[in-house]
Amino acid sequence: MEKPGRTLLAKIWDQHVIAHIGDDTDLLHVDRHLLHDLGGSRGLLDLKSRKLGVHNPELTFATPDHAISTARGRAGTSKIGQELLASLRTETSAVGIEMFDIDEPGQGIVHVIGPELGLSLPGCLIVCGDSHTCTHGGLGALAFGIGSSELTHVLATQALIQRRPKTMRVRFEGRLPFRVTAKDMILALIGHVGAAGGTGYAVEYAGSAIRDLPIEGRLTICNLSIELGAKMGLIAPDEKTYEYLRGRTYAPQGEMWQRAVEAWRQLPSDTDAVFDREVVIDAEALIPQVTWGISPEHVIGVDGHVPDPQGTADPARRAAIETALDYMGLRPGAPIIGTPVDWVFIGSCANSRLSDLRAAAEVARGRKVAPGVRAWVVPGSETVKRDAVAEGLDKLFTDAGFEWREPGCSMCLAANGETVSPGQRSVSTSNRNFIGRQGPRARTHLASPATAAATAISGAIADVRMMDL
Amino acid sequence: MAKPFTTLTAIAAPIMRTNIDTDVIIRIDRLVGNSVRGTLGKWAFGALRYLPDGSENPEFILNREPYRQAEILVTGPNFGCGSSREGAVWSLQEMGIRAVIGSGFGDIFFANCFQNGILPIVVDKEIVDGLAAEVEATQGAGRISVDLQEQTITSPSGKRHSFEIDPRRRAGLLEGLDEVSLTLQRDDEIRAFQASDRVQRPWIHFARKSA
Repeated sequence: MEKPGRTLLAKIWDQHVIAHIGDDTDLLHVDRHLLHDLGGSRGLLDLKSRKLGVHNPELTFATPDHAISTARGRAGTSKIGQELLASLRTETSAVGIEMFDIDEPGQGIVHVIGPELGLSLPGCLIVCGDSHTCTHGGLGALAFGIGSSELTHVLATQALIQRRPKTMRVRFEGRLPFRVTAKDMILALIGHVGAAGGTGYAVEYAGSAIRDLPIEGRLTICNLSIELGAKMGLIAPDEKTYEYLRGRTYAPQGEMWQRAVEAWRQLPSDTDAVFDREVVIDAEALIPQVTWGISPEHVIGVDGHVPDPQGTADPARRAAIETALDYMGLRPGAPIIGTPVDWVFIGSCANSRLSDLRAAAEVARGRKVAPGVRAWVVPGSETVKRDAVAEGLDKLFTDAGFEWREPGCSMCLAANGETVSPGQRSVSTSNRNFIGRQGPRARTHLASPATAAATAISGAIADVRMMDL
Repeated sequence: MAKPFTTLTAIAAPIMRTNIDTDVIIRIDRLVGNSVRGTLGKWAFGALRYLPDGSENPEFILNREPYRQAEILVTGPNFGCGSSREGAVWSLQEMGIRAVIGSGFGDIFFANCFQNGILPIVVDKEIVDGLAAEVEATQGAGRISVDLQEQTITSPSGKRHSFEIDPRRRAGLLEGLDEVSLTLQRDDEIRAFQASDRVQRPWIHFARKSA
């Protein structure tokens, strides 16, 4: 019998094996290690206290994003946030790690800058002390989040012990309807397979709707892999990937570029590759998605109704719905559309790239944010910010009544003093609607940038397909 | 280096809600700063454990006796999903938790447990539900025993269940091994890999700004 074909995951994995350690477990080489302000200096200090050096500082890159304020001049960064920033500067500089500092091109949310700088490349193994590292999989990289101990391990050894995950392929087939976006695709998938549907798997996204997506949309898809439980999500590189990366600051150049592309062309899963699980989603049937509860799996189409626990036979499921509705302050069975909001947040590693801001701007152009709603636009990086300003998007947003901010994680995780007040409702383009995620007792609905912008204008959750442009 | 884990017989608290994420286990603002270790125990499960005025929520299981003394958590599906924050494990550890038993855990949380000497045990949901029911039937007095050497859990009434665990991770817990030192013993292999990879994939190793 012939050997079955190999998956994208297997090809990248095998290329990084330094040593087999045990059952399905390998010591893997780390090609890129990204540090941020929340955990970067902690890891470097940990290493120092153990009298160990950084194995490969030239493969390690740092930027502040989590704990800094996104107000102009970074006013409002807490004392502890300032200390973390100072510490990141001192500790990276002491060991020769390149850091992209605030106000410099290159600074931004770590998962926005990796691809943007060409640090993240197809076939690359990338880790970062942040679960949304799966984002970089959109370029065909094997990228995943690690904890603090693993972070120290990578600093000390440039390697990591990992158990090979199972493989799942999700094929999105067909053409995406009008104003349905990458965010809606991935939210719909999470609703379909559940928040633990991908646990233990590396998910490869494929199918015509994925191939049709621009790179930034693919990054959004992979970003939310962890919300279906998959630590790794990836998409085979193709001509669009190479086009996106060509000429980026850290991407290979000249003859090296040719060699790299040649190698990358070998990466896509073989046609006869076998996956442990296959899921197919009909992209043509998708509509804009919005979450109603406290897990990303609590998601419905924008024309849908909040579930009614009375209609649920399983007692555990009924209790879960009751808990979620109570936290979210929603009426059982109510339509989600028209739910009034206090906040709209457009930003985060899920949706803060130039194309996301353009999609929101298209809706906001010439309109006004509804009275009583605070709406923020937080570009994902200094480069996104400058590009958006060059197109006049900052002015478009501020004219419409949005607040235009400096790049950072901001209100996605509330580690920087930027929070939704208790009991207030937010539509957010981020990736987590967990209890307290955007601040104690904050109520979060996840959606696409277009839906978020439409909601800001309407003052209530809105169907962006109904807005005339 | 983590403290070795061999056997444990302890009070267990069932927290059976599905998808308890790491934000619920510990809020991020408790983890901002480089000297948070040692301060986290009282903030574990903050959103469930305290009322908006800061007082204890008497309804929450870990605020009730004897569950305050719990060293084992019996958890609902997908416990520890979400963020990679190791502070979630630190906060459990600082409130005295040494083992978590569930039908499935967030992948990164699961890995972080081992790094801190906490044993996460995956067994079928029926077994988890049975353990929770037995504990509740004794108002928490019935203890659960975990034997890592034998790979067994014993319920309060004496029902024994075996569990699977990666042998490498089991050895690591039993002996309290330090992974960084172990990997550094392979530094020759790491350097040999890098030397050959520099030839095969030079663009990985010579990433430099293109002017």
